[in-house]
Amino acid sequence: MSKLGDMAQVLRSKNAGPFLITVDIMFDSEDAFQRVLDSGAVTSETVAPRYGLPADDVRVVSYARAKAIKVTLPRLWGASGAGSAGDRDVYGAQQHAPLLNIDIP
Amino acid sequence: MAEHLTSIAINGMLGYGYPVASLHRGLEHGPDVLGVDAGSTDAGPFYLGHGLPLTAPRQIERDLRPAMLAAKKAKVPLIVGSAGFGGAKPHVELFLSIADRIAREEALRLRVAVIYADLDRAMVVDALVAGQVRPLAGAPALTQGAIKSCTQLVGQMGTAPLIAALDSGVDMIIAGRACDTAIYAAMPILRGFDHGLAIHMAKIMECGAQCGLPLAPNDCLMGVIKRDHFLIKTLHPERRVTPESVAAHSLYEQPDPYLIHEPEGTVDMRDSDFEQIDPFTVRVSGSKLSSPDGPTTIKMEGARLVGYRAVTIAGIRDPNVIANLDIVTKRAQEMAFSNLQGVSPSNVTINWRAYGRDAVLGQHEPDRQRAPHEVGLMIEAIAETQDLASTVLAMLRSSALHCPFEGRKTTAGNLAFPFSPSDLAGGPVYEFSAYHLMDVEDSAKLFKPQIMTLGLGA
Repeated sequence: MSKLGDMAQVLRSKNAGPFLITVDIMFDSEDAFQRVLDSGAVTSETVAPRYGLPADDVRVVSYARAKAIKVTLPRLWGASGAGSAGDRDVYGAQQHAPLLNIDIP
Repeated sequence: MAEHLTSIAINGMLGYGYPVASLHRGLEHGPDVLGVDAGSTDAGPFYLGHGLPLTAPRQIERDLRPAMLAAKKAKVPLIVGSAGFGGAKPHVELFLSIADRIAREEALRLRVAVIYADLDRAMVVDALVAGQVRPLAGAPALTQGAIKSCTQLVGQMGTAPLIAALDSGVDMIIAGRACDTAIYAAMPILRGFDHGLAIHMAKIMECGAQCGLPLAPNDCLMGVIKRDHFLIKTLHPERRVTPESVAAHSLYEQPDPYLIHEPEGTVDMRDSDFEQIDPFTVRVSGSKLSSPDGPTTIKMEGARLVGYRAVTIAGIRDPNVIANLDIVTKRAQEMAFSNLQGVSPSNVTINWRAYGRDAVLGQHEPDRQRAPHEVGLMIEAIAETQDLASTVLAMLRSSALHCPFEGRKTTAGNLAFPFSPSDLAGGPVYEFSAYHLMDVEDSAKLFKPQIMTLGLGA
């Protein structure tokens, strides 16, 4: 068993516009990328509960060209988008943390 | 039609800096156009709403001067997109004043096309009523009230207005809010190169050398477009590119790595091919544009003022205070409002943030139950006036400092303030009030180039 945060070479989040957050999980080997994909541990269904969201709100796509998995979700903080009252992370740069400790068999 | 066209991106954000040596190396390749992106919504709604840049004017000037001199030397146009950061009128005017000062100091006389991006509110209301406006993913539906409340409301121009300006043979284009891709796709499209390749190349170039290894938004990048492919080249001897690093760039700040949506249509990168030519060069082919069937769509961005912020930060080291923090903040807030007669809690937004515990992720923090040995407590109040925000904050601060709780031993104070005065006036707070797509019949009518002279003799 490994942690996703240890297996990934890059695990980052960022705004994709003021109302979406996108998480990039990138691997430095084809094996690691395939192992995570095949494990089924990174899907809409597994990611959504970590952010308190329904699975339908979370989109997971793989991008083999860059050995990457992309997760896109609605912005969690700020009443009216990035930088509005109540925000915690204007650039969305630290919202990937709940995915670091996903177990990969 | 020429066989190739060479573009240089100054960097990924005007004001972030770049090695001028990279730009000079680029000039040796005989570029046809220079470009730079000067704006973004990434830093939040304040900059658009308040008409100020994120990057300091002195940094904009530092980055712009060598670029203007390089364009003059190479006798090619310099295209600046989203001038002044927000790309609204006050941003463009600030940018114009900086560019004019540089031109005068360097004894340049420049023919410049200025393209404002501000949208007429009445026109947007008409479009809304006509059903030509829809929210981007995650944004709320637009209302007439939201349109009218915008302090700034801009549209992202595509390549069409920039092409019109280039066609008139100007030395420089200063565009208000513009699609990042428009900056680098306009010249290739004007010269007849494939639109899908041009926009894909532009998407990579708009971030400077962000696709490089090591990645650097603060370095130049070169793009050479040909009939059936384009080349991405780094201009720094210690920065390389690989097919993977260039391909991976299409993930960055994008919800979808395969499709780019722009006013010109959708670029499909599912069949794109990336090939290493040398350690500094990657060849890209196969990207295709499908043009929209209906009208052109532009993205609108608007921001409105929602109030004023006051904020304070204090440390907590006593484990009993940390263990009782939720009780302390709740009780302090109740005590504060009981002392603030005539102030309704519904007119004030209050946020408590416990840095070290869960300030970044809130209830989604997986380690929330792990007791930290120290907490940074931020207290924030947002209200209709700065005076009210500061008054409420002062009351919250003193209430939290002296708030009782069961088992309290630190009876002289719960908080360690690093500053005197402890409270900071955060100034105006904005929010995005428009982030929507609007159908337009002719974007060239919305964004009209105005030709003027900068520098000597202007």
